[in-house]
Amino acid sequence: MTLKPFLIRYARQFGTLFGLVLLCIALWIATPYFLTSSNLLNIMEQSAINALIAVGMTFIIISGGIDLSVGSLVAFTGVVLAGFLHDGWPWPLAVACGLVAGLGCGIVNGLLVTLGRLPPFIATLGTMSVARGAALLYTDGRPSSGFDSGFRSLATGQVLHIPAPAVIMLVVYVLGHFVLTRTKFGRYTYAIGGNEEAALLSGVRVRLYKTLIYGAGGLLSALAAVLLTARLNSAQPIAGINYELDAIAATVIGGTSLLGGQGTMGGTLVGALIMGVLRNGLNLLGVSSFVQQVVIGAVIILAVLVDVLFKPKKK
Amino acid sequence: MPSLVSALRLRGIRKTFPGVLALDGVDFDLLSGEVHILLGENGAGKSTLMKIISGASRRDAGTMEIAGVPVDLTGPRHAQELGIGIIYQELNLVPHLSVAENILLGREPMLCPGVLDRRRLRRIAQELLDELGLTIAAGAVVSSLGVAEQQMVEVAKALSLDARVLIMDEPTSALTSQEIERLFATIRRLKARGVGIIYISHRMEELFAIGDRVTVLRDGRYIGTKAIGECTLDSLIAMMTGRDLDAQFPKEAARPGEVALRVEGLGRNGVLHDISFSVRRGEIVGLAGLMGSGRTELARALFGADAIDCGRIEVHGRERRIRSPREAIDLGLGFLTEDRKTQGLVLALSVQSNLCLPSLDKYARGGVMMETRERAAAGRMVDELHIKTPGLQQRADCLSGGNQQKVVLGKWLCTAADILIFDEPTRGIDVGAKVEIYRLMNRLAAQGAAILMISSELPEILGMSDRILVMHEGRIAREFSAGATQEQLLAAALGRSV
Repeated sequence: MTLKPFLIRYARQFGTLFGLVLLCIALWIATPYFLTSSNLLNIMEQSAINALIAVGMTFIIISGGIDLSVGSLVAFTGVVLAGFLHDGWPWPLAVACGLVAGLGCGIVNGLLVTLGRLPPFIATLGTMSVARGAALLYTDGRPSSGFDSGFRSLATGQVLHIPAPAVIMLVVYVLGHFVLTRTKFGRYTYAIGGNEEAALLSGVRVRLYKTLIYGAGGLLSALAAVLLTARLNSAQPIAGINYELDAIAATVIGGTSLLGGQGTMGGTLVGALIMGVLRNGLNLLGVSSFVQQVVIGAVIILAVLVDVLFKPKKK
Repeated sequence: MPSLVSALRLRGIRKTFPGVLALDGVDFDLLSGEVHILLGENGAGKSTLMKIISGASRRDAGTMEIAGVPVDLTGPRHAQELGIGIIYQELNLVPHLSVAENILLGREPMLCPGVLDRRRLRRIAQELLDELGLTIAAGAVVSSLGVAEQQMVEVAKALSLDARVLIMDEPTSALTSQEIERLFATIRRLKARGVGIIYISHRMEELFAIGDRVTVLRDGRYIGTKAIGECTLDSLIAMMTGRDLDAQFPKEAARPGEVALRVEGLGRNGVLHDISFSVRRGEIVGLAGLMGSGRTELARALFGADAIDCGRIEVHGRERRIRSPREAIDLGLGFLTEDRKTQGLVLALSVQSNLCLPSLDKYARGGVMMETRERAAAGRMVDELHIKTPGLQQRADCLSGGNQQKVVLGKWLCTAADILIFDEPTRGIDVGAKVEIYRLMNRLAAQGAAILMISSELPEILGMSDRILVMHEGRIAREFSAGATQEQLLAAALGRSV
């Protein structure tokens, strides 16, 4: 591929990347501490949970859907995981069971959308409440804390001086990018989101793949729950509130169209990092969390506005 | 009859897009009260010219006069104010509002600011509709109307804006022959009122029925303007393509082999009743019928897209239950859908992804795509079908209609389907591309494919079919051999026994 079409094709992503770089430069000027390796690694670590959920969200939004239940699933799978850990299961097995629970919840979302023919917004609005309630019932509303150090090393450990959550995040993004661009599953995700009817008439098993896509969303929420539980050394039934909005924001800032059919994994990573950098920078600058909310909201609007304004108009 | 009053006069219109000279010094004259046909293959520059006339696009050079006054349009609204109306192929009505509300959208009569005068709204609209000789009630909800009636509402809307020039882009593409007659009656009324009409259509027989003059464009250049009486079909085709096509329908004699598809007593409640027929290898069977007669529904049922309630389907001699398009594809069926944009293509995906979508399993191992194989297969299709695209990664929505249709066809060549259902295979594509598609159908049949071709164009059915089935109200009303006449087919489609 020659350079020019390459640039045009990826202009949207580079635009977001450019925004991220600008943001970093601005923060570097504003506070010298920003551009230290420990802070940058810290940002990666802080962004990991949102970024992981956003991987699933990217698949779901590209397929033309939405998942509002991911935040509640983080809480639900977190407390389920904690239950297994407290029952004395070896932590790798407990983690595996937590992930399967997340996958199962995601598949339920998928079945509601495909077999139940519910609009994804409604289906996952419902499961958002159900999963939250289930987490509260299961724990009687109390957090459960204190896990063994092996499990906690998932959050506190390091690989080559890089925090484990950041490593996990990067591995999942590489995998996610691969699945989206190089596999049948990825191609069908785009096709279903781009034109479901045409995909169906081209022999794509739309219901199967949609169900799997929501399953993947649940699985990634569960993975985020594992990291969150390990980091906090505590599973809380009220964890993950508003995580769905952060994940949707990262995905949309990263250039994925809410109409479906378009989007990239790299874009979502950049989107998640923009949100992470922004939070980190504002913290360093001592900006109050109230103001932070306003700024992050403005950035979401700005990112999509730039997209709309600079998108080449169709003939 | 056309007067000699100029409604619109264009001279030396030029328009370039990055890398493309879309219009190169085009002249165009429209008289008040004439129907002026604009003819050209896809990509000849018709749409660009219409955009310039309707203010949606600006010319780079040339002059434009409306009723003798030079103008520079600033936008669609300006064009509207100057009396230029356009009715697009895709209708622009708000489905849940009434006819009257649509006609006067944005210009509703008010009792006082903020409060609609509903009675007057209804009355003004009804007067317009009556004037056009239409039997549409102004209070009817648009979504309850048929396509033809909706089109009339668009006409009424344009007239309510006092249009002196009316552009109609493929107005008949979704109409049945009776509806076309009604549209033509309306057009004649408009002519009598002195409205100049620019009429774009790919259906050649219509041009002779309604046109006064014809202007031909080719590759963005002005080829010529003639009175319709001086033209023949062949001379127009020659002007459009720059070459003489030996025949409009290059049908080759078939050598039918064994039965590939047999249907017995197939039914779907309320839609299809007791359908029985068969298609042999090497055969093209035409399926005619009016809109709503169940042709597309039959195709969807065969392809597993809609469930059937009774009946048997045999594929290559073995009874099969086809419950999904996937199963149909695995049995060697292919379905070229009626509407390539909403059913045939994923417009935001590349040419390559679209071509390979139904056959993706062939280019994947363990779910992972084998990029080189996929690219090679797509590249072969692009060469074989002469698909004009800058590259395999080009998005499908950037191609012209004819090339998009070839991509949809290519999908089924990639799966090596040998039972092909073509639903309106040449709708909305130009004459040159049509002939290419016909040739391809010949070649597929010669290679042993069984083809079921649904079409609303009777000449196409007659020109390309070895046998013809005519549907009426969900049943196969009659079967004809290739030598049938248009009148016979039409009579059967209307449910008359001959």
